[in-house]
Amino acid sequence: MMKHRILSALALAGFAMVGAQPVLAQVVKVDGSSTVYPITEAVAEDFQKAKKNAVKVTVGISGTGGGFKKFCRGEIDVSDASRPILKAEMEACKQAGIQYYELPVAFDAITVVVNPKSFLKDISVEQLKAMWEPVAQGKVSKWNQINPAWPDAPIKLFGPGADSGTFDYFTEAVVGKAKSSRGDYTASEDDNVLVQGISRDVNAIGYFGYAYYAENTGKLKALPVIEKAGKAGVAPSEKTVLDGSYQPLSRPIFIYVNAKSYEKPEVKEFVEYYMKEGAKLSKEVKYVPLPAKAYTVNLEHIAKKKLGTVFGGNAEVGVTIEALQKREGSL
Amino acid sequence: MKPLTTEEIRAVIARGKLKDTLFKALGILCLAFGLLVIVALILDMAIKGADRFTLDFFLNFASRRATQAGILSAWVGSLLVMFVTALAAVPLGVAAGVYLEEYAPRNWMTQVIEINIANLAAVPSIVYGLLALGIFVYQFGFGQSILSAGLTLALLILPIIIVATREAIRAIPAMIREGSMAVGATRWQTCRYHIIPYAMPGILTGVIIGLARAIGETAPIITIGALTFIAFLPPAPLTALPDGGTAGLFDWVMAPFTVMPIQIFNWTSRPDPAFEINAAAAGFVLMAMVLAMNALAIWLRYRMRKNIKW
Repeated sequence: MMKHRILSALALAGFAMVGAQPVLAQVVKVDGSSTVYPITEAVAEDFQKAKKNAVKVTVGISGTGGGFKKFCRGEIDVSDASRPILKAEMEACKQAGIQYYELPVAFDAITVVVNPKSFLKDISVEQLKAMWEPVAQGKVSKWNQINPAWPDAPIKLFGPGADSGTFDYFTEAVVGKAKSSRGDYTASEDDNVLVQGISRDVNAIGYFGYAYYAENTGKLKALPVIEKAGKAGVAPSEKTVLDGSYQPLSRPIFIYVNAKSYEKPEVKEFVEYYMKEGAKLSKEVKYVPLPAKAYTVNLEHIAKKKLGTVFGGNAEVGVTIEALQKREGSL
Repeated sequence: MKPLTTEEIRAVIARGKLKDTLFKALGILCLAFGLLVIVALILDMAIKGADRFTLDFFLNFASRRATQAGILSAWVGSLLVMFVTALAAVPLGVAAGVYLEEYAPRNWMTQVIEINIANLAAVPSIVYGLLALGIFVYQFGFGQSILSAGLTLALLILPIIIVATREAIRAIPAMIREGSMAVGATRWQTCRYHIIPYAMPGILTGVIIGLARAIGETAPIITIGALTFIAFLPPAPLTALPDGGTAGLFDWVMAPFTVMPIQIFNWTSRPDPAFEINAAAAGFVLMAMVLAMNALAIWLRYRMRKNIKW
């Protein structure tokens, strides 16, 4: 019984002693998109090893939006983002007095996939639009409604849920307006569910990040995408993403760095490490790295204190990384 | 009424016995189904994850390489969070249960409280997460720490512990209470020396069931901001910190953390199928943790029951 009393007294004392101040110094806090997560995780893992654990890095997955919320509250040093910062988020950061650097770190190619046994050889953006736009809801349900030459079989649609940055970008690029999509499709935030679904149904079609296709090439077929009538279909690959021909579904993904955090040596070192190893590591986790020059340009921008976003709060489709990096930022 | 012949009586008995046998078979069938499901689940995870059951799996942090990825931060995080949860929920829950059974006057106020406790047990866990995000993380400034997570899960299992405590106390014969009072013991002395010790086995069962539920919770922990990648452990008490200082006895409660279910969830949603093996292995470990807790409860109950003589 005596032991119990000591234990509970200790526990009470413990609760009383802890204050609001964090006890861990030298922690780089990262949070945000699950799409960017694999790259950041790889960088964090190697960075900690390179620093012999003197600097600690934590990475959370709150989604791009959730990450920006924490970022603009000043809770994290770096925000993983699979799309550029939006107007409302820029406003929130401005009000909290948080300035930031916007650094593209890799490309993600949104890949349109079908079952390996599917009759489809390629698909045009127009056909994708007819399949996915909101007015198709409840009406377009068979392949031959889109192209009379296609079979009279049901279309089974698979895609990410509405909280996903991939969903935002795909709808923007295909339908023309972010978040504008039909709702009657199999949606899952877990891309592996989509992989399973499509690999089991000959009539299925869906879209998700390139990494999920790259790891499952035996179970899925990636469709070449025809951007405009008259153009040839382009299949997603490192080459077609880098030379800009896989359009409009390749997109840069970013990290946003709090400018004040960057003054801390551990954050600075982490970001520098990210830019140095980013190409190699993003390739390792099956993303398409930026051209080597883009990473050095990122560091130059920080050195010149080029703050803010070059997107001005709008989603954009089909811009090259060189063009992006030449633009002026705005907060 | 005409008296039944021996044959008729035998027929009635046979019919009754047939129903008896049928019901017994049905019961065994249901039991077997439940057991089969859990055994299949565990076996499936054990077979899938077999490649990962090495010491390294328990001693490595998360990694982008499936074969090197381990669950060190996850299992340590889960255990520490459970420890805080138990420290916070058990005294509160047991005290509340004892008060409601032994002290509370029977009036409408008590009834409202009782109904609300029953309702609390049915509140979805994510709601506790949202509440905790506002109160513990921001209002009290505990941040995204083990302390916040432990207290959140403590709230979640408090109703379970209160209800279990009350049930256990109600099972104690009234004569024990009356006997104690008859020799002049105060209410507190009755509770301290009779009610609580005798109710302890039942209370413990409730505590363990609560903790076993808490250890598998993901939603509220994600809401308050648990991490996914974290390759360091909370500072152990009285060890040296990298900045030269010494960790305080309770510094670890403010440390960032991750827990088993989050790690498993992350692994199942990775593009590389090799991580499914990790997820299965980690799932098996989580299962083993829950079963170990249940076994502990059974053992404690058995030991304590042996000492009770009434």
